[in-house]
Amino acid sequence: MKKYLFVFLALVMVFGLCGMAQAKTLKLALDAGPVSQDPQVQLSGGMLQFSHWAFDPLVRYAQDMSFEPRLAVKWERLDPLTMRFHLRKGVKFHSGNPFTAKDVKFTFDRFYKSKDFKGLFTPFESCTVVDDYTVDIKTKKPYALLINMATYIFPLDSKFYTGTDETGQPKDAVVKVGPSFALKNESGTGPFKVTSWEQGAKYVLERFPDYWDKKSPGNVDKIILTPIKENATRVAALLSGDVDFITPVPPHDFQRIRKDPKTKMVTFSGGRIITVQLNQKRRPEFKDVNVRQAIVHAINNKGIVKKIMKGTATAAGQQGPKGYKGYNQALTPRYDLKKAKALMKKAGLEKGFECTMIAPNNRYVNDEKIAEAVVGMLAKINIKVNLNTMPKAQYWDEFDKQVADIQLIGWHSDTEDSGNFSEFLTMTPNKETGYGQFNSGNYSNPKIDELTIAAQSETDLKKRNAMLQEIEQILYDDAAFVPFHWQNHSYAGKNNVGIKHIVNTMNFPYLGDLVIK
Amino acid sequence: MFAFIIRRIIQSIIVMLVISLIGFSIQHSIGDPVRDLVGERVTPAEREEIRDQLGLNDPFYIQYFRFLKSACKGDLGLSFFYKKPALEVIISKAPATLELVLVTSFILIIVSIPTGIYCAIFPKRLFSRFAMAFSTIGVAIPVFLTAIALIYLFAVELNWLPSYGRGETINIGGWWESGLLTWDGIMHLILPSVSLASIMLPLFIRLIRAEMMEVLETEYIQFAWAKGLRRQRVWFIHAFKNTLLPVITVYGVQLGIMFAFTILTETVFQWQGMGFMFLEAVERSDTSLLVAYLVVVGVIFVAVNTVVDIIYGTVNPMVRIAGTK
Repeated sequence: MKKYLFVFLALVMVFGLCGMAQAKTLKLALDAGPVSQDPQVQLSGGMLQFSHWAFDPLVRYAQDMSFEPRLAVKWERLDPLTMRFHLRKGVKFHSGNPFTAKDVKFTFDRFYKSKDFKGLFTPFESCTVVDDYTVDIKTKKPYALLINMATYIFPLDSKFYTGTDETGQPKDAVVKVGPSFALKNESGTGPFKVTSWEQGAKYVLERFPDYWDKKSPGNVDKIILTPIKENATRVAALLSGDVDFITPVPPHDFQRIRKDPKTKMVTFSGGRIITVQLNQKRRPEFKDVNVRQAIVHAINNKGIVKKIMKGTATAAGQQGPKGYKGYNQALTPRYDLKKAKALMKKAGLEKGFECTMIAPNNRYVNDEKIAEAVVGMLAKINIKVNLNTMPKAQYWDEFDKQVADIQLIGWHSDTEDSGNFSEFLTMTPNKETGYGQFNSGNYSNPKIDELTIAAQSETDLKKRNAMLQEIEQILYDDAAFVPFHWQNHSYAGKNNVGIKHIVNTMNFPYLGDLVIK
Repeated sequence: MFAFIIRRIIQSIIVMLVISLIGFSIQHSIGDPVRDLVGERVTPAEREEIRDQLGLNDPFYIQYFRFLKSACKGDLGLSFFYKKPALEVIISKAPATLELVLVTSFILIIVSIPTGIYCAIFPKRLFSRFAMAFSTIGVAIPVFLTAIALIYLFAVELNWLPSYGRGETINIGGWWESGLLTWDGIMHLILPSVSLASIMLPLFIRLIRAEMMEVLETEYIQFAWAKGLRRQRVWFIHAFKNTLLPVITVYGVQLGIMFAFTILTETVFQWQGMGFMFLEAVERSDTSLLVAYLVVVGVIFVAVNTVVDIIYGTVNPMVRIAGTK
C-alpha cells in the first residue's frame, strides 16, 4: 500500500513539475507602461501595443506587411463604397460573452466619441450588422486604405461595456481627462487578460484560457510588465537577469548586449522618418530650390546612421520606407559636399548665411545628436546654424509657432501608407481641412496637393502606387524637405525568448505568439 | 512653546502661498499638458476644447483663486495624467521616498558619526586619512553616476543585489507600501540609499570631525581632562553633545537637499517615489501635479525645520532662553 502511495505521489510530483515547467512567465520592461485599459482613448504606439495583447483586431499586419485575418476571416468588396467582412465564429471575450457582429458595430461607433480616433475615421460612413457574423463597412467616397484602417478596429465586448458604473457614468464613456470605467476595466478577445494594474509601476497580464487562436505557437502564460524609464537601468536589468525582454534599446548598448553570452539583440526596420523642414516664409533663402538641394547634398545620411545611430537606422532619400506603396527605388540619399558647394555658388550664396534651428532632445532616438550633426555639416557650406534643443513637452508649441528657420520632426504613418506623409508634412497648410498640419516649412506645391487627395480615393492599386511614387519624385526633385533616415526598432532579450518572429515594422510585438524555449 | 508653534504654522501657510503663486506663474512656460494627452491627429480646435474643459484658458487670477479655494478644502487639484486628485497621488508615492530617505539617514548616522569622531580624535591615523580622501570621491561623482556604477557592479557583474524597483512591499494600514518588512524589499533599498548617502556622507564626516576637533580644544574639555574623567566620558558625553548642535541644523537643511536628489536616484532605480513622479510630471507638463508637489514639499521643509529647531532647543537650553523675552 505504501509503495503504491509512494508511486502515486511521485507521479503527481512529476506531472505537477511538468505543469509548472510549462508555465512560462515573461518579465518585460518597456520605457513606459500603457496609459490605460481603454484602447480608444489615446492613439499612441504604447496603447496599440497593449491593444494587441488584451484585444484582437479584425486584421493585422504580418512581418512582410501583408494582412493577416484575425477576427475577420474573409472580406470582399461589394461596391466601390462598401466592404463586407465575414467574422470568425466561436470567439469569446474575457468576460465569457461571445463575440458577434454587434460588438464590431459597437466598437466602430465608439470611435467617433474619441477625440484621438475620430479624425482617423472621417472617411468612413457607417458599419452595419448584416447577421451575427457579417458586417458591412461603408465609406463616404471610394477609400483605398479601408483594410489598413481595419487594423485599428479592436472589437470591445459590447455587453461588458453597457450600463452605468458606480459613479453613474455610462460604462462605455470615452473620457480623456478624468476617471472612467473603460480606463480601468477591459474585456477583449485577446490572448491575455489584465489581472493586476498599478499605473506606472507594474502590470500583470495572464493568458486567457479560452483564447480562440489555438494555432498560435505562443507559450507565455503570464506577462509581468515593469516600465523602466532610464535607458541604462533597463539594460542593466536585462544583463543582471532581472527581466527577460526589453525595448527600446539605446544604440550605444548594442555591442554590450551582443557580447554577453546570455542575451541577444534583434532590430527591425521601422517606418518613422526623421527629417528637418526648411521654413520658406521665415527665411527667403530657402525659397531657392538650389539652396534646399545644397542642404540635402550637405547632409551625410549614411554617416549619421553609422556614427550616431550605430547602424540602427536606414538612410532615407524620400518619405516612405521600402515596403510602402509609394517607395521609389531610384530616390536614394544624396551626399555630395562638392555638389552642395557648387549649388550654393549657383544660388549666389557662396558666402553663406546665418539661420536658426530647433530640435527636441527626448523625443526621437538621438535627436539632439542628429541636430548637432546638422549644425556641423551645414557649416561646411557656410551656413551658420544656431541650434536650440528642448524637451518634447515644450518643443511642439514652439514647432507650431514656427520659431526657427529649420525644425526637426519625425513622422510615422498611422495608415502604414505613403500618402499619409504628404497629408501632414508636405501638403499646403490649410487650417480648415487640417492638411499640412505639420508642414512647418510652408512648402506649397499644387501638384502635390492634387496627387495626395486623388490617391486617397483611387482604388485601382496600380494607378495609386504610380501616383504615390510620383509624389515622392516631385518632393525629391524639389528638395521639399531634408530626409535623414528611418529609425529601426530595437529589442533585446535572454537567449530563450523568441523575439525575431513576433516583431514588425509598426513596433507592435505580438506577445500572444511569443515562444519562450 | 504654543506661541512658537502658532508662529511656525503661519510661516508654513505663507510658504505655501508663495510657492503656489510661483508655481502657477511658470505653469505656462512648462508646456502644454493637453499635448501629451492627445494624439497627433487631434485638431487645434479640439485641443482648445479640452483646454477649456480643464479650465486652462481662464485668466491667471481666476485659475489661482480656484486653486486656493479648493486648497482650503484640502483639494490641490486633479492630476492630468493620473486622473486622480493630485494630493492622493503624492500621498500614495510618499512612503517610497520617505523610506528611502529614512534608510539613507540611518546609513548617514551610523557611518558619519563614528567615522567623524574617530577622525577627530586620531587625525593622523591611516584610517582617518583614508576616510577623508575617500569621502571626497563621493561628493565629486554625481549621484547619477554613482548609482549606475553601483548597479553595474552589484547587480550586473556580481549579481548580489537587484537592479531596479522596490521589490516586494507590504501594505500597512491601507496606504503605506513598506519595503522594510520583507527581505526582498530591504535588498532593493540598499543600492538606492547607498547612492543617496554618498553625496551627504563627505559633508557630515568632515563637519563632525571639524566640530569635534574644535570642541576638543575648548577650555571645559581641558578642564574635564584635568579633572581626570574617563576618556569615553569626555569624548562622548561632553565633547560629542556639543558638536551635535551645528550638525543637527545642517542635517535639517540637507534633508531638503536630499529630497531634491531623490529625483535623480529614483529615476535611475525606477523607484516609484515622489521624486520620480515629479520628473515625469515635468516631462508630461502635468502642471497641476507639479504645483501640488511644490506646495507639499514646501510644507515638509517648514515642518522639518520646525522639528529641528525644537530639538535644538531641547539639546541646548540656552537657545530656548535667549529666544524668549
